[in-house]
Amino acid sequence: MTARSIRVTAAMVAAGTLATGAAACGKPGGGNGGNGSGGVRDSLVVGIANEPETLSPLLGYGKDGNSKIFDGLLRRDADMKLRPALAASLPKVTDDGRTYTFPLRHGVKFSDGKPFTAEDVVFTYRTILDEKTNNADKGELAAVDKVTARGDDTVVFSLKYPYAPFAERTVLPIVPEHAAKGQDVNTGPFNTKPVGTGPYVLTGWSKGEKLTFKANPEYWGGEPKVKKLTMAIIKDDDVRATRLRSGDLDGAILPPNLVKGFQGDDGKTTITAKTTDFRAVTLPTANKVTGDTAVRRALDLAVDRDAMVKSLLEGAGRAGYGPVPTNSDWFAKGTERPYDPEKAKKILDDAGWKPGGDGVREKDGVRAEFTLWFPAGDKLRQEHALAFASDAKKIGIRAKVQSGTWEVIQPRMKDDAVLAGGGNPADPDFDLYNLLHSSLALDGFNNMAAYKNPEVDKALEEGRRSGDKAVRKAAYDKIQHALADDPGYVFLTHVDHLYVMKDNWKDLTTQVEPHDHGLGAGPWWNVEDWQPKR
Amino acid sequence: MGRMAGRRLLAAVPVLLVVTFAVFAVAAASPFDPARVYAGGGGPGTGQDVLDQLRHNLGADRPFAARWWDWLTAALGGDLGVSTTLRQPVAQAIGERIGWSVLLCGTAFAAAVLAGTALGVLAARRRGGLLDRAVTSLAYVLEAAPPFWLGLLAVWFFALKTGALPAGGLTDTGSDTVTAGQVASHLVLPSAVLAVTQLPWFVLYVRQGVGDALDEDPVRGARARGLSERTVLLGHALRSGLLPVLTLIGSRVPELITGALLVETVFSWPGIASATVDAATGADFPLLAALTVLATAAVLIGNLLSDVLYGLADPRVGFDG
Repeated sequence: MTARSIRVTAAMVAAGTLATGAAACGKPGGGNGGNGSGGVRDSLVVGIANEPETLSPLLGYGKDGNSKIFDGLLRRDADMKLRPALAASLPKVTDDGRTYTFPLRHGVKFSDGKPFTAEDVVFTYRTILDEKTNNADKGELAAVDKVTARGDDTVVFSLKYPYAPFAERTVLPIVPEHAAKGQDVNTGPFNTKPVGTGPYVLTGWSKGEKLTFKANPEYWGGEPKVKKLTMAIIKDDDVRATRLRSGDLDGAILPPNLVKGFQGDDGKTTITAKTTDFRAVTLPTANKVTGDTAVRRALDLAVDRDAMVKSLLEGAGRAGYGPVPTNSDWFAKGTERPYDPEKAKKILDDAGWKPGGDGVREKDGVRAEFTLWFPAGDKLRQEHALAFASDAKKIGIRAKVQSGTWEVIQPRMKDDAVLAGGGNPADPDFDLYNLLHSSLALDGFNNMAAYKNPEVDKALEEGRRSGDKAVRKAAYDKIQHALADDPGYVFLTHVDHLYVMKDNWKDLTTQVEPHDHGLGAGPWWNVEDWQPKR
Repeated sequence: MGRMAGRRLLAAVPVLLVVTFAVFAVAAASPFDPARVYAGGGGPGTGQDVLDQLRHNLGADRPFAARWWDWLTAALGGDLGVSTTLRQPVAQAIGERIGWSVLLCGTAFAAAVLAGTALGVLAARRRGGLLDRAVTSLAYVLEAAPPFWLGLLAVWFFALKTGALPAGGLTDTGSDTVTAGQVASHLVLPSAVLAVTQLPWFVLYVRQGVGDALDEDPVRGARARGLSERTVLLGHALRSGLLPVLTLIGSRVPELITGALLVETVFSWPGIASATVDAATGADFPLLAALTVLATAAVLIGNLLSDVLYGLADPRVGFDG
């Protein structure tokens, strides 16, 4: 069988190349000798777990930046600081934080050769906010009242209310009006044949299999050194690890237990991305048990977060006390809650929750038990849920762990607890407001616990309206202290994202990553800047 | 024969109507919410007003019967609608994928028929012999083995342990041109697995048919006339032994489609069957309906084909019996 013998030869050649470390074998990129990536320096093949539904920013693709095909007005550097991209500088904020003016970069062209103008920015934002556009994330732009072009090179955003973190939203990719207009925005060809100003141009998308890109030679930031980029979509963790081991992939995201197998492997490095990706148990206020402040505080003290980090995450993560991770500038020092089951029991005793016959506490005929849902198939959330239930049992509270799809869980969120996850690192407002503001109680997947605390509401408003960082910090400190006194959620951990990469490039970095990750996040967040080693 | 084909096609119309209506009804009764699936993930942040707006834009807030009627009238006019999970027109989605599915199923089916016939004849030649017992028991084992399990086993052995064949996809991960050689090497495993799942039926039917034929008078007569064993086996016994197999060819089509569904998923084959799974869980009515029509049509045509073949092979059967 010739096909088979070719494969075997190719695999042996690739293995030999790797073993001797003679990386530069000079095979042209995209050679069809079987393993196109083995040792070729100007190409990169990475394995990711999730495929984008669409490549149109109008429908939500790349909303958090790093979209490779597109640029936003701004972008974030390795420290998550905002830098100008299609804008010529950071925006001028006037009118008490209600008007944002962006001067635009000159001489930028889309990959089809047409120039980038202010009209493209206006078109992008107006289309996303249009009712007929099926963009599930349009709520993130709720503050925008009007977007207007002033001349060819200035864009002005008018907001409905002062919104301090608005600039963080403008990493959203800009689409060319001439290519995306005149078609159904939800289904038109632009969804699969994107045109942007970004460092890469899409060359192919085989749905469910991979996305391929080539470097954009006309990129305004200079042509990338990595000429060819392939994102292979491999849902299964084990298959991704195997294909990484076989040399099929140059890098991949992996769960901690599979990363262990690559440690001590020459030519591969493990890269850890810190995240704001939290796991938390919602404590619905409508439930007689979880709505009781004593129970909430007791549960918050009874969970052994460090043990969860150690056993569930194999050390790759941190204990979480709120949506803001402990290593963030916004974290309120002193709100860490140590593991203290004795104190938890005392709180319950004092509040009148007395141990019943079978170890489960009771008060006024109400048993201290509730249901805790986790989305079926999510192993990490399942493990968190079981660990939480086991810790709760030790202080006499019974959490019945159950799994279901979101369709099953959503109608029950009012009364039952859910193992929730989320996190956006760009600004504390993004997570805190959606999770805690009483006006968003049980609104879709916002504020799933129906948390209601007038003081917190006030601080949330302050935090988003003030342009002064010190004022904002004070407001968010207040919220984090309030969460310690009256937890609406039991935050458990912040989960690190781990990547294993072939050691062929200089100075690989990661950004602080959000809950969602894959295409944009990962060591390849700035692949356009990579330089080959030596 | 023409009359039979015409009558069958006429009967297909109500069948297709009922089947598509049932698909819309079942999908509407399922707990999956198209707006939620469309919004993706399951993380917080999508508010109720956006979800409601999506539901309205997707038409998911209307009764399923109305949506079925709209779909039907549009489809008759040539407009198959737009897939919500793939975000592209259904016709385009199917067009991009169906070729790969036909290639996979065609290769697998041909391999299964050829290998099954060969093995069946060999087994029937000496019934109760060592080869017969080996082939028959293997066939029973394979018949019980689920296709996805066989697929995973094949990936484990051929792709992971020996590295002889690629584990999945249409081409190598690092290459973005689709060449015949690449597709051929990537086709081997999925089509072999799919063929193996179909194989037992053909082996057992051919073995039975040829075995019975060997005991029949015409064959005994041929032997008595001193014809060579080869002529007797292939010329006489196989000819009449193949008759039941012809019926089988058509009736295996549904099984082939469900088999392809699992095999395509295991091997990340970019075919139409793997899109079916997404369409179903995403309550993607337009895509699901179009795919159901295709599958139903394939089954009906399969049945028609086997009857036509049977009639051609054995004139005694006739076409209107």
